[in-house]
Amino acid sequence: MKRYAVSFITIIILLVGLIFWNIGSGSISISWDELWNILLKQTEEGTAYHIIWDIRLPRILAAVMLGGALSISGFLLQTFFGNPIAGPYVLGISSGAKLMVALAMIYLLGRGITISSFGMVAAAFAGSLLAMGFVLLISMKVHRMSLLIVCGILIGYICSAITDICVTFADDSNIVNLHNWSQGSFSGMNWSNILMIFILTLLSFLAAMFLAKPIGAYQMGETYARNMGVNITVLRVSLILLSSLLSACVTAFAGPISFVGIAVPHLIKSATGTAKPLVLIPGCFLGGAVVTLFCDGIARTLFAPTEVSISTVTAVFLVPVVIVMMLRRQEERG
Amino acid sequence: MTKQIAGKKESTEKECMAGKMKSSERKQGLVTDKFTVGYGKKVILSNVNLMAEPGRVLTLIGPNGSGKSTILKSIVKQLKSLDGVVYLNGKATSEMKEAEIAKSLSMVMTEHIHPELMSCRDVVATGRYPYTGRLGILDKQDWKLVDEAITMVHAEEVAEQSFTRISDGQRQRVMLARAICQDTAILVLDEPTSYLDIRYKLDILNSIRKLARERNIAVMMSLHELDLVQKVSDMVACVDGTTVSHIGTPEEIFQGSLVQKLYGIEEKNFDSMLGIMQMPGNKAAPNVFVIGGGGAAIPTYYRLQREHIPFAAGILFENDVEYPVATALASKVITAKAFYPMEEAQLEEAKKILAGCETCICTCENFGPYNMLNKELRSLAEEQGKLK
Repeated sequence: MKRYAVSFITIIILLVGLIFWNIGSGSISISWDELWNILLKQTEEGTAYHIIWDIRLPRILAAVMLGGALSISGFLLQTFFGNPIAGPYVLGISSGAKLMVALAMIYLLGRGITISSFGMVAAAFAGSLLAMGFVLLISMKVHRMSLLIVCGILIGYICSAITDICVTFADDSNIVNLHNWSQGSFSGMNWSNILMIFILTLLSFLAAMFLAKPIGAYQMGETYARNMGVNITVLRVSLILLSSLLSACVTAFAGPISFVGIAVPHLIKSATGTAKPLVLIPGCFLGGAVVTLFCDGIARTLFAPTEVSISTVTAVFLVPVVIVMMLRRQEERG
Repeated sequence: MTKQIAGKKESTEKECMAGKMKSSERKQGLVTDKFTVGYGKKVILSNVNLMAEPGRVLTLIGPNGSGKSTILKSIVKQLKSLDGVVYLNGKATSEMKEAEIAKSLSMVMTEHIHPELMSCRDVVATGRYPYTGRLGILDKQDWKLVDEAITMVHAEEVAEQSFTRISDGQRQRVMLARAICQDTAILVLDEPTSYLDIRYKLDILNSIRKLARERNIAVMMSLHELDLVQKVSDMVACVDGTTVSHIGTPEEIFQGSLVQKLYGIEEKNFDSMLGIMQMPGNKAAPNVFVIGGGGAAIPTYYRLQREHIPFAAGILFENDVEYPVATALASKVITAKAFYPMEEAQLEEAKKILAGCETCICTCENFGPYNMLNKELRSLAEEQGKLK
């Protein structure tokens, strides 16, 4: 119990620290005094006020919630496949969502209709499920996880390639943003997005917590889970829908973000020393928030005012984690 | 008394065999009625009628691939059954919800699980899952039952260790403890003793008997070790690849050549009464004559069998401990009727065979009034310079 508490407190302290770092840093420097005034709404005008309230805060909140959502999505997929290398990005689910969002945007913008954030999520969800469907079809034929991951990565490549073609040829001035988005970025968040993200993430988080008990049973393998009274079909469908919805939500607003979904559940397991879903689901949410916020901060500030895509940063920090994890597993098995 | 029990059992078995399962819905324990099992649509076994009664152990035996595991996997719904009904304490599983089944039937299957970061105690605790609330948190009473189950299978020393780092034998015990604390009236075990050394085998089977006896649990399991089957089972069912060919008490199944036929081996290669397996010996004309008796020659018989040397053994009483081994391995055994003195005719026969042998081995050191003829045989071999 002590170890959970220490881990959680550490993660929360990190999160709060990162939030302040992210508010304070950026291409325009704002003094701490000014910052406090702005945050406490002492002054309600000026460039700094707008930068904080309309750009940095929505962006931070988006990074926190979407990072958390992505990690939970990864954890659910890992549970589903019984393998820690699974994640929405490597299985091509993020890319599927990306493709559908791009297609929907180009189609609607071509007709002069602006797509609502709900429409974006719906398109992304459809894309996620489509890609997930492919992965599941392959998983019926291929039982080796490594092969399945390769197939997922290939599906991801196809989806990304088609997205790139669409983005390149649809040279509408409205689609300028699309390029940035399709690389993964938290820029350009507004408060209506945040509200949508908040609702979706909260509902999914609660649903995941609600599934904590059967997920715990499922970690013992399908056979034993069934004998423990779990309705396997219902659980499997819920895991697929929920993880797809979470990663769709992320992709719709921030584009595909790599490796957070794989690495964070593993980091949290190591930190808390447990795999109990009741601890891991909130742990993954907080951990995902910390990692994503940290990476986004770096993406924003490293070459400010030019931004690096978020996936570039997450890849640099999280790929080593994934490699270490795979090596450790190899050792344990061997 | 025993006869009565046996008779009663026999009649229930006959009912089962005849497929008269009308009353099965009211029967306690685990009952399968015209159960058909297989993979996908392919039927492997059909008309499987089994019954594991409370407090009794029903063991499925049969060669590899005969379908023992298929039956058990279908009962626990790991495989979709193709036809027929499984009753748990009189209720058809098809009409039960998962959660209800979980409170009636627990199991230990052969598949390995790899639970991450779980201590053995955590793994055992998953047995309490069907009794926990929405969040799956165990209360004090649950933990008490977990610890009781761990004590029952003597797994205290590994309780706090990581499940993935303990030996197969300990893992099997932990999984049994898990099933025990699930607190069900029915227990299904698929080869609970495979991969275990003799100590763990004894331990696990002891625990299973104890569960049946003390908690009145109905146990259905599959077992490969024929020698252990008779010692642990109240009922034995033979699975032959198409159906359950015979059901009976161990006494009934392990007599004659039923088991040998089931496994497609020669009658001599398995001693059903003692449950001892024998490798086939060289049955050519004997080169070595072994004078034994009382068990002292058994290692010699085994050595000759390993070296593939044909040998004769004698003169042995039919009730000698060596007798089953000798008959399985020797090309020729000269036997004397139990509880009667050895006869001259047997000595003559032995002499004749000794004449054809190059060497003679005598493991017998003490000769009494009833095996004087063996002493004579030994002297003869010594005279001929054959005695080693």
